[in-house]
Amino acid sequence: MASSTKSSSTTSRETAKSPKNGKNSAADLDKSGIGAETDYLDLFRQMYLIRQFEIACGENYSKGSIRGFLHLYIGQEATGVGAISTLREDDYIVSHYRDHGHALARGLDINRSMAELFGRSTGTSKGKGGSMHLFDVAKRFMGGHAIVAGQLPLAAGLALAQQYNKTDDLTICFFGDGSTNQGVYHETLNLAAVWKLPILFFLENNMYGMGSSIERVRAGGIDFYPGMATYGIPAAEVDGMDVLAVKETTELAVARIRNGEGPQFIEAKTFRFVGHSLADGQKYRGQEEVKEWEERDPTITFPTKLIAMGLATSDQIAEIKAGVDLAVENSVKFAEESPDPDLSEIHTDVLA
Amino acid sequence: MPQIVLREALKRGLEEALDNDPRVFMMGEDIGEYGGAYAVTDGFLKKFGPERIKDTPISEQAFIGAGIGAAAAGLRPIVELMSMSFALVAFDQIVNMAANLRYMSGGQISIPMVIRAPTGAGVQLGATHSQSFETWLAEVPGMKVVCPSNPYDALGLMRSAIKDDNPVLVAEPALLYGAKGEVPDEYYEIEIGKADVTRTGTDITLISYGYGMRPVNEAADTLAGRGLSVEVIDLRSLSPIDMDAVIASVKKTNRVVVVDTARRRGGIMAEVTTDLQQRASEWLDGPIMRVGSVDVPWPYNRGLEREVLTDAADVLAAVAEGYGL
Repeated sequence: MASSTKSSSTTSRETAKSPKNGKNSAADLDKSGIGAETDYLDLFRQMYLIRQFEIACGENYSKGSIRGFLHLYIGQEATGVGAISTLREDDYIVSHYRDHGHALARGLDINRSMAELFGRSTGTSKGKGGSMHLFDVAKRFMGGHAIVAGQLPLAAGLALAQQYNKTDDLTICFFGDGSTNQGVYHETLNLAAVWKLPILFFLENNMYGMGSSIERVRAGGIDFYPGMATYGIPAAEVDGMDVLAVKETTELAVARIRNGEGPQFIEAKTFRFVGHSLADGQKYRGQEEVKEWEERDPTITFPTKLIAMGLATSDQIAEIKAGVDLAVENSVKFAEESPDPDLSEIHTDVLA
Repeated sequence: MPQIVLREALKRGLEEALDNDPRVFMMGEDIGEYGGAYAVTDGFLKKFGPERIKDTPISEQAFIGAGIGAAAAGLRPIVELMSMSFALVAFDQIVNMAANLRYMSGGQISIPMVIRAPTGAGVQLGATHSQSFETWLAEVPGMKVVCPSNPYDALGLMRSAIKDDNPVLVAEPALLYGAKGEVPDEYYEIEIGKADVTRTGTDITLISYGYGMRPVNEAADTLAGRGLSVEVIDLRSLSPIDMDAVIASVKKTNRVVVVDTARRRGGIMAEVTTDLQQRASEWLDGPIMRVGSVDVPWPYNRGLEREVLTDAADVLAAVAEGYGL
C-alpha cells in the first residue's frame, strides 16, 4: 500500500542522528518495502476492539460495576495498535495507567481483562490490580503503571536484561506527555543512552496531562522529539491518528534497535476524545478542539480508506464489527458471572 | 576461626554470588572504577568486567528502577545505594514498584533483587547522610529488610538475601564496616526473619539490631558486672520481625528494653513495643522501655552527634527508670 508508506515518511521527522544515520529518510522508507505484508483488516479489528471495549468499560463504570479510576484510550487506538503490531513475542511492553489499549493490542484475553476491571477472581491479576494495573507476563505485557513516569526505569531494566542476555529482543515503553516533567524521565533517557539499551521510548502526546495542556506546564512547546538530540537518541515524530504511519515509523525504530543501535524515541501526536478519567468534566478544553480531532477518528477513517482503496469491502468491515461487538458483550458477561476473589487472596502474592 | 571485618564479609558474599550465578550482577554509583564509596566492591570490576559491575549515573530512581526491571526479567541484580539517605530519591521505585509489583500482578512477577546501603549516623556526615530509613521500609509489605551487626551475620544474611526471590534491603551499618568478627570458612546461611539470642539470661531482655548491638552489649556487660543475668536479642531482620523470639524471651525475664540507634519516634521498635504490649503484657513486671536517638535532624558537630546517638548510658538509664535496676 504505497500511499501509507508516503504518509508515514511525510509525517515522520528525524532529529538526532544515529551513528549510522539516514536510514529512515523518505527515500529509504519507500524502498524498504515495509508494510508489504500488513494485515490491514486485523489492524482495524484491533482498533475497533479497543474502542468497543472502552465504551463498554465506560458503561459499566456508570453502572458501578467498575470502580476506582478508569482512564479510557478512546481516540488513541491507532497509536497503540500501530506500534505494538511491529513487535515479536519475546519483546516486552510497558504501559502507563491508560493501559487497556496496549493490553488488547498485545492480545491479552479480553474476558480476563474485563474481569480484572470488574475486580473478579478471573481477572488478569485475580482482581488485585484493577484498570491501571493490567499484567500478562506470558505475553510479556509488564503492566499497567500508575505513577506517572515510574514505568520508564522498569522498562529500561527489562531492556537491560535483554542486552545482558545477548538477545536481539527489545522493550517498548509507552508514556504520555505528562510524564516528561518528571525527573525520572530524564534519568531514564540518559541511562538508556549511556548503556545503549534496546528500548523504544514511545511518547503518546495527547496534548493534556490530566487537565493541564502542554503549554501551561512545559517550557519549550508541544514538540518533545527535538529534545532527544540532548541524549543522542534518534527521534521521530509521527501522526498518531494514522495506524499505518505509526506502524511504519515504529518498524524502522525497532529494526535499528535490533541492529544494536541503542534506544530510539518516537513521539506520536494523538488525542483522547474523552476526559482524563470518568471523573473528568473537561472544563479545561473546548468542544471545538475535541471535534477537530474526532474528525480524524482512526476507527472511522481507516476502514473508509481501506474500502476506498479496494483493500476491504464494507461487508468485511461489518463482519469484523459484528464479531467484535459480540466478543465485547461476552466479556462483560464473563466478568459479571465471575466470582469475586476469595478473601484468602488478601494474603497471597505478597511475597514470592 | 578466622577473623575478618564486616566489609570483607559482605564482599565475600557478593563475590561468591557473582562467581556462582551468571544472573547476578551489580549496579551502583562508583562501584566499579572507584571501587565503591566504602570499598565493598573494590577489585570487582577487574574480576567480573563492566557488564556485571555497572557504574551508574547519579540517578537513583533510574538505576533502582532498572534493577527492578532486570529482576522482573529473571536476572538477580544487587544494587548499591551510596547512602541509606539516598533511598529517599528512589522511594517511588522501591515502594511503588519493587514491593507492589508481585501483588498487583496477581503473583505473575517476582523481583529477586538486593538493595544494599550503608546506614546510620556517627561519622559526622550531617543531616542528609546519617539517616536510617530501613525502619521506614520495614513497614512496606512485599519486601524484606535485614540489618547485620557483625561480620558473621553480614555474610549469612547477604547469602540469604541474594538467594531470596523478593526485594531485600540490606542495611549495612556504616560504623561497623571495619568491625572484626569470627567467620568460618564453611558455608552457612542465616534465615531472614529469625532473631538471634546472643546472650542468655533471666533478669532482663535487651533488644536491638545493627549498630544498636554495640551500646546494648556494652550495657549488658555493665549490668552483668552488677550481678544481673541479661538476655540480649539481635533482631537481624526488621521485616519480617521475629516476635516469637522476642516474646519467648520476655516471658522468661519479665523485663524488656528495646533499643534503636535510629531516631526514636516511629521506627521498628515502636512496632516491637506494640506487639509486646498486646501479646505479653501480663508477663511484664514494668513498662516496655524504648530507647532511640534524639528526634532531631542529625547534627554535624561531634559532641552534638554523640549526644544525639543512642549509647550504653541511654540503655542503662532506661533499665534504671523502668525497672529500678
